[in-house]
This record gives sequence, structure tokens and C-alpha cells, in this order.
Amino acid sequence: MTKNVKERRVISVIVMNESSVLSRITSLFAARGYNIESLTVAPIPNSDMSHITIATTGSSKLMEQITKQLHKLIPVYKVIEHEEMVEKEMVLAKFPIAENLADISVLSSAYNGGVVNVGMEMIIVMVADEPKRVKHFIEAAQRYNPSEIVRGGVVAIER
Amino acid sequence: MQMSGAQMVCESIIAEGVKTVFGYPGGAIMHVYDEIYKQNGFEHILNRHEQAAVHAADGYARATGEVGVAMVTSGPGFTNAVTGLATAYMDSIPMVVISGQVPLSLIGTDGFQEIDAVGISRPCTKHNFLVRTLEELPTILKEAFYIARSGRPGPVLVDIPKDITVEIGEFTYPKTVHIPSYKPTYKGNKRQIEKAVDAIKKAKKPLLYIGGGVVLSNAYELVREFAKKTQIPAVETLMARGVMGAKNPLLLGMLGMHGNYASNMAMSETDLVISLGARFDDRVTGKLSEFAKYADIIHVDIDAANIGKLVDVDYPIVGDITEVLKQILPQLDGVDPDRYEAWRNILKRYDDLHPQSYIDSDEVIKPQWAIERIGELVGDDAIITSDVGQHQMWAAQHYPFDRPRQWINSGGLGTMGFGFPAAIGAKRAFPDKIVINITGDGSILMNMQELVTAAEYEIPVINIILNNHFLGMVRQWQTFFYDKRYSETDLSFQPNFKALAEACGGIGYDVTTKAEFDAALKDAIKQNKVCFMNVQTNRFEDVLPMVPSGGALFNMMLPQTTKGEA
Ligand SMILES: Cc1ncc(C[n+]2csc(CCOP(=O)(O)OP(=O)(O)O)c2C)c(N)n1
Ligand SMILES: [Mg+2]
Repeated sequence: MTKNVKERRVISVIVMNESSVLSRITSLFAARGYNIESLTVAPIPNSDMSHITIATTGSSKLMEQITKQLHKLIPVYKVIEHEEMVEKEMVLAKFPIAENLADISVLSSAYNGGVVNVGMEMIIVMVADEPKRVKHFIEAAQRYNPSEIVRGGVVAIER
Repeated sequence: MQMSGAQMVCESIIAEGVKTVFGYPGGAIMHVYDEIYKQNGFEHILNRHEQAAVHAADGYARATGEVGVAMVTSGPGFTNAVTGLATAYMDSIPMVVISGQVPLSLIGTDGFQEIDAVGISRPCTKHNFLVRTLEELPTILKEAFYIARSGRPGPVLVDIPKDITVEIGEFTYPKTVHIPSYKPTYKGNKRQIEKAVDAIKKAKKPLLYIGGGVVLSNAYELVREFAKKTQIPAVETLMARGVMGAKNPLLLGMLGMHGNYASNMAMSETDLVISLGARFDDRVTGKLSEFAKYADIIHVDIDAANIGKLVDVDYPIVGDITEVLKQILPQLDGVDPDRYEAWRNILKRYDDLHPQSYIDSDEVIKPQWAIERIGELVGDDAIITSDVGQHQMWAAQHYPFDRPRQWINSGGLGTMGFGFPAAIGAKRAFPDKIVINITGDGSILMNMQELVTAAEYEIPVINIILNNHFLGMVRQWQTFFYDKRYSETDLSFQPNFKALAEACGGIGYDVTTKAEFDAALKDAIKQNKVCFMNVQTNRFEDVLPMVPSGGALFNMMLPQTTKGEA
């Protein structure tokens, strides 16, 4: 039964740094009809590899296929389907200067962040939290008329 | 040694032991062709279309088990090659295709004959490379050959910008490859194998389900030994014809959409499927929920992604069939062949009830008769290629294939136009074998320019056109499922096939009777020249049995010849 339940999942893909590796991964997802909710990439320090974190949804059977298909790509070194993980997502949000700076500052620190820039016309805050809480933050932030919100996509690490 | 990129390409091909390269030149690959002119380590065959060049390299690879090599220019040369790549990809054929690309400085500018070759070929290659520096060229070529032939084989594209082929640099061909992210699994997991053997011992109605992986892994002798030792009956997929050998009493036949009755019933009633290098393709399984409904499944495959993709597997074993069978065979000593006797008898009765059959005729040549006749006349001596359609299915059903690599066809992609160039490749690899392309009046026209190639290089491929004046397979579906509305499948307007062959330097035969058939085939073998045998068959013959698309395997439309319901 549980095999066919659609759930949100996060996969880490460790890849060799080569110019087209990201397009190999995204075109695999496109060609096989898998969906990508978010995707982040960054080089792994002191290595010739990068860490790609992909958030997606699907049944465990589908996840098994995705994992195996990813693994078949030649530059893919390792695929980790996370069970026990710490997940974080970073968000930057911009508010008009006319909004209540103190309120916004408190709000962002409640979500593991703070004010990162105050200019003539706007305030920028950063938060970094679990994806679910990030969603709450974005809802709560609406009250202060954000002019722009940029989400960073999730990164995850096995516990 | 100091040399140009173009020379490095040639030296690498020679270092890989490649004897024949199939290709077509053009601007971006001209430096390489200039070096081909100067060397004598391998021969180059100029096919008359890039698609055909790639199919020829593919046919060469399928016949020999070695990596086939094709070479094309950028832009249209490459796009013409795509069908060839996709055909090889779907059937896991080891191949390296080298394409020219516009100079590095022009990449991304929509330059003349620029096309994103690695982008286009990504979904239809095992891997591909765009070479960016001369220094990496030797390593990339080495890796390309290694990736093509190792693990689950497949085609690899190497796209080389023109300026890299003129640049001069130091060349040493690497002896080894080092790709930390690519380590195919060859040996099977011991624990899983023990469990699988246990399941075989406990089964009452086990069935060997043999796929193309057995051919790719060169494991047929081990598979035959497995069957002999255990007396477990076997079914073959389209890609595995020849593995068990037509005369093998344990072979039930081919299963699937056009499988025979006993094979499809065996799959429907078995209690243990032993899948060796097969991938549960929809043309094989029919309706998935009814497929092997009463069975546990052992699945041996080198590609872990094949396992559990379509059906749930009870005993997954990732590994090379040869290696895994070497591990399994000694453990089969405890299997009692008598245990499955009742099962074998059931299947025997099924086969007696509805054997593979057709109604022959004296007035007109039946396509099935033609296939059987070819088998009688040349049998083991021939390599048979085919195109796609009814003739392909009849060949798979009726030809007495006796060894793997004797049967070469496009199973996964189903590419019309594959047969003739593939036959050219196979014949080049085995000049002493008779090579026959069993084709249709539709398919043959899709690469008919290869008459010129075959005539020029004296590659005497025999093309037997089973001419039904129809795109027969599509016509059959229209008869069954579209109320006989024959939309765009009537090929009544025909070329003069005999004259066509002759115009290109080959021989043509018009055949309408059985006597003419024998005479033409014998003459074609004797003449040793590329030929078209244009064989008029009855127009409305259907391929049977047939499992309508999406239906359960046991619901077959059967020929009228047999004795009624089971
Ligand atoms: C390149 C390509 N185009 C279209 C098809 C679809 N198709 C499959 S079989 C077939 C008819 C083939 O006709 P013919 O070669 O005369 O063989 P027959 O079925 O009559 O034996 C067609 C059009 C295909 N498989 N490949
Ligand atoms: Mg036809």
C-alpha cells in the first residue's frame, strides 16, 4: 500500500564536475516525466564533485526508479534518497521601507534569520529554515507587503 | 608523439582494434577524413546516408559483439545519424559515433551546420561528450569505447569541434580508464542467488524468460546448460531468438504480442519466472496486471533500473548474466528435473493444441512459407537481418534460428530501414556467411540507396522483399481495429524493384512462384552480388497469434488452422 503513496522526497546527487551534468539530470527528469519541486547545486569543498539537492514528489516505487535512473548517468557518483535528514531552505525577502522595520526584524529572527540590508527604499531580510516553516514565513510576511521574495531551494544532509 | 587531433582520432580507432568504420564526410569532419585517407589501419565504408552508416556500424556490432564505429559531419550529418543512435540505444548495442562540430569559437552562434549534438543525443545515447580541449581528446575516446562496451552496452557520441582536429599536441592512448562514478556491477549478490536457487527448487512450474541481455552477455551456452540441467522450459523474446536453438526441446518459442500459444500460456500459468536479461517490455507483457499473475519473479539484469521498473520482483539480482549464471549453475545440482515433468506435459499439450501454424497455398507464396524455405535452404549458414513490420514478425516466428547473433533486428525502436544497412555491416564482419535481409516493400525503400554502397564495396547482401503491396503491419491493425479503413497503407504504386537493383549495380529477381523462389535464392547465393528478390506474397495475410495491444497474454487471436479452444 505505502508503495504507491505520493509523498514529498528529497534526493541528494553527488556528481563529477563536468559541464553538462546538470542538463543530464534535468533532461532525465523531463524525459521520464518526473517532477522537480526545487533543485540546488554547489561544488563540494576540496573535491572535483558537486552536491545537487532535488526535492520532488512521488511514490516510493517511483523514487526507486528515479534513484536508479540517476545512478545510470555516467557522471553520477552517488544518489542518496534521504530518510533521516536535516533540511533547510534559504529565503531572501524585500520589503518597502515604509513597513514596520521592528516587526519585520522580529518575524525574520523567529524563522532563523534577520535583517541583512536596509537601504533608502527597502529592507532585505534573510531566513533559513525547514521548508514547512519557510512556507509559514512567506505567509506571515505577506502582511508587510513584500515587493520580492526569492527562495533558494532546499539543501539537505543525512542525520 | 606529436600529432593533430584528427590523427589522434584515427590512432585511437586503430588502438581499439577497429577494422571497419562506416561514415560520410562533410566540412566539420574533413580533417579527420584527410587522415583516414593517409592511414591504412582500418577501412572506411562510404554509406550513402548517415542513418545507414550508423545502422551498418550497429549491424557490425550485433554480428560480432564488438564496438561498431560510425563517423559523420556536424549539423545535418549528425541529425541524420540520430535514428541510428536511438535504434542502438533501445537495443543496448555497443557503438561509438564520432561527429564533427563547428569550431569552438563558433559554438553557440548558430554557425553554419551547427547543431547541439550532445543536447539532441542525450536521451538516445548511453553517454556523450563534447570535446573542449585537445588534451582531453585521447581520454575521451578511450572512455567512449569503454563506456560503450561495458556494463549495459550502448551507443556513445563523441562530438569534436573542427579546430581541435587541426590542433597539434602530444598523443598517448591511455591504457586504462578511471571514471570513479561509473562502476558496473558484474557479479551477483550471493545471498540473493541462494534465495533464487531455493525458489527454483521449490517451484512447480518454473519458466526461463530469456531476453536480449543473454545475447549481449554472450551467455547462451550457460543458459542452455541451465535449461538442460534443470529441464525447465524456456521462452524467448524477439531479441533473444537463437539463444536456445530452434531444435531445443525445451524451447517453447517466442512470447508476447506475436508469441505462440504455448509460450504465452506458459507465462500466464508459471509459478516462477526466471528472467535473464529481459526487460518486461509492453510488447512482451501485454496487460501488466495479468502478466505472470501466479508467479514469483527472479530478475537477473546488469541494469538495476530494469529491475522492478514494470513488475514487482521477488528475487532481484543485479549482475552480468554470464557471471551470475556461473555462480548459479553449480548450485543447481540439487534441482530435480522430474519435479517439473507435469508442467512440461501441460505445455506440450498447449503446443499440440495450437502450434505455430499457417495455411499454405500453391497459388501464391505465403510469407511464412518463404521464411521457412529460407531456413531450409540456408539455415545455420546465414545471418538474418530484418526491417520492421509483418515480415519481421514472421521471420522471428518461423526462421529456425540456431545461435545468437544470427538474428539481427531493431526490436526496441522498431526502425524501418534498419535491415539493409545492418546487413551490410554484418556481411562486412562475416564475409563468408550468407547475409539475408528479410524486408518489406515499405521498409526497403527507407534505405534503398545502400544498393550503391553494397555494389561499390562488393558486399553481397541478399534482400528478400516480402511484397504485400502494403504497409502490412499497419494494414493488419486497420483490419482488426479500424474497420478496414486502409488509411495511407496501400502500396499498390510500386517501383520496379528488379530494375532499381540493376540500376544501382546489383541484381534483381521477380518472384511469384515457389519454384522461382528457390531458383532466385540459389542464384543470388551463387552470383555473390547485392540483390533485391522481389517476392509477391498474398496481400492480406495477418501475423498470428496476436495479443491485441493492452490485452492479457492469454487472450490471443489464433490462426484458423488449429483445433479450437483450450
Ligand atoms: C521509420 C518508421 N516509420 C514508421 C513505422 C511504423 N510502421 C511499423 S510497421 C510498418 C509497415 C511496414 O511495411 P513493410 O515494410 O512493407 O512491411 P510489412 O508489414 O508489409 O511486412 C510501419 C509503417 C516504423 N516502424 N518505422
Ligand atoms: Mg509490405
